[in-house]
Amino acid sequence: MTHPGAPREPEGMAPGAGGCADTPVLRERGQREVFCGLTGIIWLHRKIQDAFFLVVGSRTCAHLLQSAAGVMIFAEPRFATAIIEERDLAGLADANEELDRVVTRLIQRRPDIRMLFLVGSCPSEVIKLDLSRAAQRLSQRFSPDVRVLNYSGSGIETTFTEGEDACLAALVPEMPAEPGTARSLLVVGALAEVVEDQFIRLFAALGVGPVRFLPSRRASELPAVGDGTRFLLAQPFLAGTARALEARGARHIPAPFPLGEEGTTAWLRAAVEVWGIGEERFAQATAQGRERARAALANHRATLDGKSIFFFPDSQLEVPLARFLSRELGMRPLEIGTPYLHRQHLAHELALLPAAAKLVEGQHVDRQLDRCREARPDMTVCGLGLANPLEAEGLTTKWSIELVFSPIQGYDQAGDLAGLFARPLVRRGKLKV
Amino acid sequence: MQLAVWTYEGPPHVGAMRIATAMQGVHYVLHAPQGDTYADLLFTMIERREKRPPVTWTTFQARDLGGDTAELFMEAARDAYARFQPEAMLVGASCTAELIQDDPGGLAKTLGLPVPVVPLELPAYQRKENWGAAETFYRLVRAFAGPAQTRAPRDPARAPRCNILGPTALGFRHRDDVAEVTKLLTGMGIEVVVTAPMGATPTDLTHLRDADFNVVLYPEIAQVAAEYLKRQLGQPYTRIVPIGVGATRDFMAEVAAFAGLPVPLTDGGDALRLPWYARSVDSNYLTGKRIFIFGDATHAIAAARIAQEELGFAVVGLGTYSREFGREIRAAAEKYGCEALISDDYLEVEERIAALQPELVLGTQMERHIAKKLGVPCAVISAPVHVQDFPARYAPQMGFEGANVIFDTWVHPLMMGLEEHLLGMFREDFEFRDGVAPSHLGHGAQAEPPAAPIAVGPASWVHEAEAELRKIPFFVRGKARRNTERFAEERGIALITLETLYDAKAHFSR
Repeated sequence: MTHPGAPREPEGMAPGAGGCADTPVLRERGQREVFCGLTGIIWLHRKIQDAFFLVVGSRTCAHLLQSAAGVMIFAEPRFATAIIEERDLAGLADANEELDRVVTRLIQRRPDIRMLFLVGSCPSEVIKLDLSRAAQRLSQRFSPDVRVLNYSGSGIETTFTEGEDACLAALVPEMPAEPGTARSLLVVGALAEVVEDQFIRLFAALGVGPVRFLPSRRASELPAVGDGTRFLLAQPFLAGTARALEARGARHIPAPFPLGEEGTTAWLRAAVEVWGIGEERFAQATAQGRERARAALANHRATLDGKSIFFFPDSQLEVPLARFLSRELGMRPLEIGTPYLHRQHLAHELALLPAAAKLVEGQHVDRQLDRCREARPDMTVCGLGLANPLEAEGLTTKWSIELVFSPIQGYDQAGDLAGLFARPLVRRGKLKV
Repeated sequence: MQLAVWTYEGPPHVGAMRIATAMQGVHYVLHAPQGDTYADLLFTMIERREKRPPVTWTTFQARDLGGDTAELFMEAARDAYARFQPEAMLVGASCTAELIQDDPGGLAKTLGLPVPVVPLELPAYQRKENWGAAETFYRLVRAFAGPAQTRAPRDPARAPRCNILGPTALGFRHRDDVAEVTKLLTGMGIEVVVTAPMGATPTDLTHLRDADFNVVLYPEIAQVAAEYLKRQLGQPYTRIVPIGVGATRDFMAEVAAFAGLPVPLTDGGDALRLPWYARSVDSNYLTGKRIFIFGDATHAIAAARIAQEELGFAVVGLGTYSREFGREIRAAAEKYGCEALISDDYLEVEERIAALQPELVLGTQMERHIAKKLGVPCAVISAPVHVQDFPARYAPQMGFEGANVIFDTWVHPLMMGLEEHLLGMFREDFEFRDGVAPSHLGHGAQAEPPAAPIAVGPASWVHEAEAELRKIPFFVRGKARRNTERFAEERGIALITLETLYDAKAHFSR
């Protein structure tokens, strides 16, 4: 949980390494204006349809989930919070009994649940409530109807999308073992169903398969994993899940991320090379998608070409997005802030970034706002807490959370992704008030 | 542990943020883990504020817990002062920081900042948002209101003066309520010295003592502070919240008594339309409509009076999530002959609404979702707030204009009287298909999906009865089904026939 005595990272410039080797990275420490990992529940509970997420936390956690969900409250959600109260803090035995009582009530209410995640929070971790033991205990009690797992979505352990990483990493030990060494492809990271279906068709046309996805749409139908498994990351924030898969014998296929025509092509090509499929078949299978993506991007190029862009750290998608926007739409990244820079998973991406872009890892929000105001970018990508204040100062912004909640991967979403960035600029041009 | 799907109130430090954000010249340094900054978006997105809330968060992480989180807090407080130069600072902890016991108040003291620092102790595992707001406002008032005094009678040569207490950031229509009540008071010849916390600086709080009495708009937030000012400065404070026609008149009489003025004769003038609209014959169909009310105590109690006395509805349920005001809600429920519901458990509220089968729900955004699910019309009367609760137009809840706004807001979701009859008479008209929205809501409007039956009774329906049930307009069909099934169940009828349906209709008709 905590890392006592862990040294603080030094502030200031540290030499970069890897692809974009000459670009120095500014490491900052200070106020971080980011979500915690609990926020991932907002999309994970929709993605995994027979799973329920029970946050063991405080009223703040419950309030975060409903505030971040905002207008998404349409049905009874498959998440809830077990709110720790004063009397639970009195003694730990008591807190465990209370948790069992809450889980029992929940499972009675929702007999459709097949998998329950106990999600750790800042308070549960500070009081050292052992959720892995609780999960084992409750798993035994509700076996075989409900499997109980745990992971941490706390702000002290995870930043925003790292909550998905922690959740998927918790699923990896549950994946059935694949006997033998027959090759299969695993696509890792929650994707919109429409995007999954497109990738299934593309891989079929390419002759790559069998193809499986983590997370699966149902927790009870987790894909198998073994020595023959090769995996592609669909999202850049899955370091822990990748390690857990490697421990099960799977091997990572390094690639850029499937954003834009170029990113999607390179991502698919990485798999195709492992499968040893010829260039001709690759060109044939991807031609139509590439053409459609290029045509869709051309519609937005006039709006975005030459425009400067500034990223506040948020989802770890910042580097792939900056690569896509600069190379395929001609935008000029000024500063690319990201909560963490995973050099290994981003190696291909960093190599493709323009040299002028400044990379910033971590955050000191006030200093970053100073730099942003000074740079006056044509577009600022930031969280919901900063967007309206910056708009009021005359800057054009794009809410970063929309990039996590929207289908943006693959050929047929490349135009939509560009559109997300073009819309605020087009809108600003339209308004005469 | 409490199982919560949705919560009516945030944690107490969010209440403190509502005070700090409403004021000018105050900065709040919050010891809190990474992620707690989500609360900023409540202000910038829901209320569409043009500035970030004046809050600095320490956003500590696991690696800091092994080190010196106290030093991190002091650094944040020092930097925040240097950068924002506030007139006063608030310091405190969120739920997680409360557990690590760094004592932000004590730490801030050692910094020797050149401005007043008000420490906040907000027990996050016992209390909630409104309590946090009330406590923060009280602490600030205490810090700046000045020494005790005994009030001398007002010099008759000068106008009576009051303060307006309670409006915050992220409040339900607070912006417009302040404008409306200020206009009302000014019209009575009363000067408003300070409005706080909204728009006030710490220096303004030192002028609270210049008023003769206090007007408390939202007791959930300002009653504790007003009670302090009564003890400390001898200022009486108002108990009547001017929401609704009758309450506004009573409020004016209460204020006039404090101000030493004659009770004003004004009835709201031509601008007050609610009384005539309620008497207009088209409002006949409102008579006895069964209303369920849930919200914060202030708005729920006011709504019950308006519903019963000013619109002729029947209040069938009244409740609040403000446990601190349970007594007041129980008293009001008794007055209207219904059972009080004091709960912050959304599921319990949902169960109660489903059981009572009201024809209109007056609630918060959460009851709006419940009502949508059950296919019952709903109007929002109280926080927790949603972006829709910050309309661009002037839409107060208080005063005479507030009464007009309430008339429109509550009556529009209902099917209009004659339309309801036509739908009943010509229910097989092809344009009256299921799911059609009330015509005054426009062609584009989609009615809510018909309610799924809440509990399927043990009785089953013969085909003929089921077909007849389908002829009943969709917006009352769920109720007819439930009533009939209940009727059957109570009489041990296993098979519902056409006769059972009409027997039940006769039994339940009013």
